[in-house]
Amino acid sequence: MEEQTGTFAVKKGLAQMLKGGVIMDVVTPEHARIAEEAGACAVMALERVPADIRAQGGVARMSDPDLILKIMDTVTIPVMAKCRIGHFVEAQILEAIGVDYIDESEVLTPADEENHILKHNFKVPFVCGCRNLGEALRRIGEGAAMIRTKGEAGTGDVVEAVRHARTVLGEIRRLTSMADEELMAYAKTIGAPYELVKETKELGRMPVVNFAAGGVATPADAALMMQLGVDGVFVGSGIFKSGDPAKRASAIVKAVTHFRDASILAEVSKNLGEAMVGRNISQMPEGEKIAGRGW
Amino acid sequence: MKIGVLAIQGDFAEHIVMLRHLGVETAEVRLPAHLDGLDGLIIPGGESTTIGKLSVDFGLLEPLRAFGKTHAMWGTCAGAIFLSKDARRNQPLLGIMDITVERNAFGRQVDSFEADLAIPELGEGNPYHAIFIRAPIIESVQADASVMVSLPDGRIVAARQGKLLATSFHPELTRDARFHEYFLTLAR
Repeated sequence: MEEQTGTFAVKKGLAQMLKGGVIMDVVTPEHARIAEEAGACAVMALERVPADIRAQGGVARMSDPDLILKIMDTVTIPVMAKCRIGHFVEAQILEAIGVDYIDESEVLTPADEENHILKHNFKVPFVCGCRNLGEALRRIGEGAAMIRTKGEAGTGDVVEAVRHARTVLGEIRRLTSMADEELMAYAKTIGAPYELVKETKELGRMPVVNFAAGGVATPADAALMMQLGVDGVFVGSGIFKSGDPAKRASAIVKAVTHFRDASILAEVSKNLGEAMVGRNISQMPEGEKIAGRGW
Repeated sequence: MKIGVLAIQGDFAEHIVMLRHLGVETAEVRLPAHLDGLDGLIIPGGESTTIGKLSVDFGLLEPLRAFGKTHAMWGTCAGAIFLSKDARRNQPLLGIMDITVERNAFGRQVDSFEADLAIPELGEGNPYHAIFIRAPIIESVQADASVMVSLPDGRIVAARQGKLLATSFHPELTRDARFHEYFLTLAR
């Protein structure tokens, strides 16, 4: 019997196991335990949540491997970690310590302003952010096995997450009604590989799992993203920057499972304490926005 | 025939696609009332801790145990862990199959793999192409549970006990419907 590891099917398959779940940013093993007990389907191990990266400024890099390893030792659920866009050596290091998924993330300071990592070269799977279908299919073309819409991380404002999910899902809806002879021109317009445009049309959905991210702070925000049509939700600063992280984490998990049941959503939204303070994106200077990182 | 798929978390949609392809009516199960009128239930892949916790929170443990006493039930990966009596750590389990499982037994994600298996129950000849994702193994089977599939090194990756079925791998991630067809024969 020939066992094959690192195939696209097993990379994409892990993302399929995460569907209908919540992936939470954690900065300590204790956070990771709280997240797992709350029902998170995976955690993202990092040194600073996006809200703190925004507040503190400076260059944001891959986290200390020792911290990531401690978090991996604490929980049984998959552990993800972020590397900078284009920084394939950070990715090699994360692969070497055995993380389950790498997020090539715009939340960190990009290391390459033209090229992303050639993700097919790795055994570990990658998730990448997108604002539109063209960007998503370019990342998949490079080997990403999971996609997340970017939103605007570290703000607690869901408006960009909604904008990006509506853009991507709307583009897929329009693509499914196109004639086959229109696909090459469409691929050219959105800057996406033709084969993936064709595959997306045939499937009627993104060829890999697609989560929402960037600004989800409440159970209602999470359920909103699910009703718009994403497969699951990343919550970054929204949990551990709130008043009662354990309770909010558990409520968001329940909201993602029961995203169409308004009476359960009402129940889990009660008495959650302070939500993260948040930053209103409409008043944010362009230069402070990070969703534009990625090419 | 109507088959439910536990839709708390995981790849339940992939199972539903496979069942519909076989012409079976399907239902997503998130609350105890959703079990009414079903002829069988699939517990999908996903995270067993998440599925266990939400099953406790929404009062599903006892209804699922009762359902499993009289109906066919199949767990893939996380679902197999959830069906087991013992997963070697403290987490909510249905405990209705006499099997002991070890979670993430092959290692982390970089050790996830695909392999061809010989499964006599699915017919001679064509091997079955199985996908293992951070998969558990079935360490041992007890009582009247029996081994259905082992790897060449002897590690157990599928077991059956009456109408209950547990697989470490994910037939729902393939285009091969033979395992789902086999489950439907148990549900009939």
